[in-house]
Amino acid sequence: MTKKIYTKEEWIKALAGLKSSYNIFVPVKDGDFHTFKALDETKIPDFNFQNTRLSPKSLIYPQSERIFEYNLDKDAPDANIIKESEKDYSPRAIVGIRPCDAHAFQIVKPNFDNPEYQDPWWIQRYESTTFVGLGCNDPGSTCFCTSVGGGPFSEKGLDALLYDLGDTFLVKALTDKGETFLNQAQGGKEADETALKAGEDLAAKAADKIEQKVSIDRLKGKVQTELFDAPFWDEVAFACINCGICTYLCPTCWCFDIQDEVLEKQGDRIRNWDSCMFPLFTLHGSGHNPRAKKVQRVRQRFMHKLKYYVDKYNNGVQCSGCGRCVRNCPANIDIREVCKMMNGYRDNVEC
Amino acid sequence: MLEYVEKIKETAGKLFKEGKVDVFIGYKKGSVPMMNQPVLISNADQVDLLYWDSNCGLNLCNYLTKRTDRIGIVANGCNSRNIVTHITENQISRDQLYIVGIPCKGMIDHRAVQRAVKQKEILAIEEHGESFTVKGKDFEDTFNKNDYLQRNCSVCTHRNPVIFDEMIAPPVEEQDGVDAYKDVKQIEEMDPEKKWDFFTRMIDKCIRCYACRNACPLCYCPTCFVDESKPQWVGKSSDPIDTMTFHILRAYHCAGRCTDCGACERVCPVGIPIRQFTKKLNKDAQELFSWEAGLTLDQRPLLDVFRPDDYNDFIR
Repeated sequence: MTKKIYTKEEWIKALAGLKSSYNIFVPVKDGDFHTFKALDETKIPDFNFQNTRLSPKSLIYPQSERIFEYNLDKDAPDANIIKESEKDYSPRAIVGIRPCDAHAFQIVKPNFDNPEYQDPWWIQRYESTTFVGLGCNDPGSTCFCTSVGGGPFSEKGLDALLYDLGDTFLVKALTDKGETFLNQAQGGKEADETALKAGEDLAAKAADKIEQKVSIDRLKGKVQTELFDAPFWDEVAFACINCGICTYLCPTCWCFDIQDEVLEKQGDRIRNWDSCMFPLFTLHGSGHNPRAKKVQRVRQRFMHKLKYYVDKYNNGVQCSGCGRCVRNCPANIDIREVCKMMNGYRDNVEC
Repeated sequence: MLEYVEKIKETAGKLFKEGKVDVFIGYKKGSVPMMNQPVLISNADQVDLLYWDSNCGLNLCNYLTKRTDRIGIVANGCNSRNIVTHITENQISRDQLYIVGIPCKGMIDHRAVQRAVKQKEILAIEEHGESFTVKGKDFEDTFNKNDYLQRNCSVCTHRNPVIFDEMIAPPVEEQDGVDAYKDVKQIEEMDPEKKWDFFTRMIDKCIRCYACRNACPLCYCPTCFVDESKPQWVGKSSDPIDTMTFHILRAYHCAGRCTDCGACERVCPVGIPIRQFTKKLNKDAQELFSWEAGLTLDQRPLLDVFRPDDYNDFIR
């Protein structure tokens, strides 16, 4: 596999050159924080960031996506016939995605792409995307990727990985997709042993910097109903204001709602992100709401991530340890603490 | 304001021992810097959890709505005004509450501090009276607290509680000579197109997480208008018009009720200055009706009274 070294200026130039073959998304400073945006003449990629405020999940799974459309004009030949909306699945690349966020797509994959169900839109967008990661030299204090199967230089879900060596980027292709991407990138030179060694050292040092250790080893052995009835949920939920920050910022929250929107004779069927924090999420047509109370909704979020997912997919927890919810929850509800409570619940009791 | 902590613990402990409250609502120290957590304690053994500093930005009145027990609660100026509003709007009864009044010198604007340290990660914050120090991996900076107050706190003229059963400390001096509506006046001067453009750009990062609504103690409707489905008033996609509808309608629901506690702005994950909507209505309430929300239990809220002898012609 290709291993190249670029000065930072060369790398940005190479990305500009790749625009003819790929729609390229890069981290861009937008006010107080960074966001992934499509690279064009007006955008300056900025790889000097800890992580983007919003995860890049919307690039594969948009917050609102028109999936079908229909014409309500009775006289039209296609009246009331539902048709798939036009989509753009041309090649795209997310450059500078952090390993936790790339890992997150692997975590959600079993939901969108499994033998029983295949979500055509998620899959096609995912498959048309090349993921070029950027290793974390300095993970944040709320990062706990190493506890949940990732790492600051984890290659999970990545097609290529960038190492920030100061003035230069070392970039390694990891898959055929990554190889194709790098082969089309202009400039750079083949990485020598010194650069490769520097990359390895950087990765080893970064992993040591993660002080957070969140134990998840006992979650699988717990009895679902016992965790469900655990006495700590009221305490966990008290401060929660039931907003959608945790779920919308989370790279692994995947729930959606489907809505029809009609303007005159034009109808659109739209898939929108939804949040288990909202009472509307579970409101039945009958008016009954099985999760009418805040504590039930808060419990659902943590049980889904740390127990139901664990049991259903045998693929670890539904969390990549990015720490966004920890940093941005306005009520300071901290998944690391909740995980500790769940993982340690009734440890001394024989099940 | 750290000096209040011991006094709050002592007062809460006393209330439990005297059997005056069933629960006590305050803040505990958060797990990340500049982020304290609302906490409910139910016995005297838990009082050591209680904490207070300049990072108590969520409005505790949120946690009172429709409770049926006897509650002790800490309240600074704006929170106490929301308690008044809650009582007059029948969301809680005065008899249920034991209000521990906190003279407040304002909350720290965590975003402004992050900006000041160029978005480097802050690992710890220490307050020393009028100043505070933030520490990170390779930096340490001390700031004057008054330069980093939340924007609502820097123009606050009700720092002392307006309703309380006991005060934790003597009242602090109120700020005078503040021009609370300088920014609103600038917007008022814009022509309609410019205003529309201003507000459109202001909310263009909104992700419809509803944190502003949910952090607001005024937003206690059993079903918010954006969540109604029969009829559905607002689209649920990220269409900018729906987002604007949400923000403007929500602001109008707060007219004559908003105490400018700043919780909406503090919690916004994308940093939208949401108070620009509510402040205009606060200004109108003040200029047209000499009304400031939540100052007294003796008056009905501004927009729920009709008087046949109202001096305005249009209303008769």
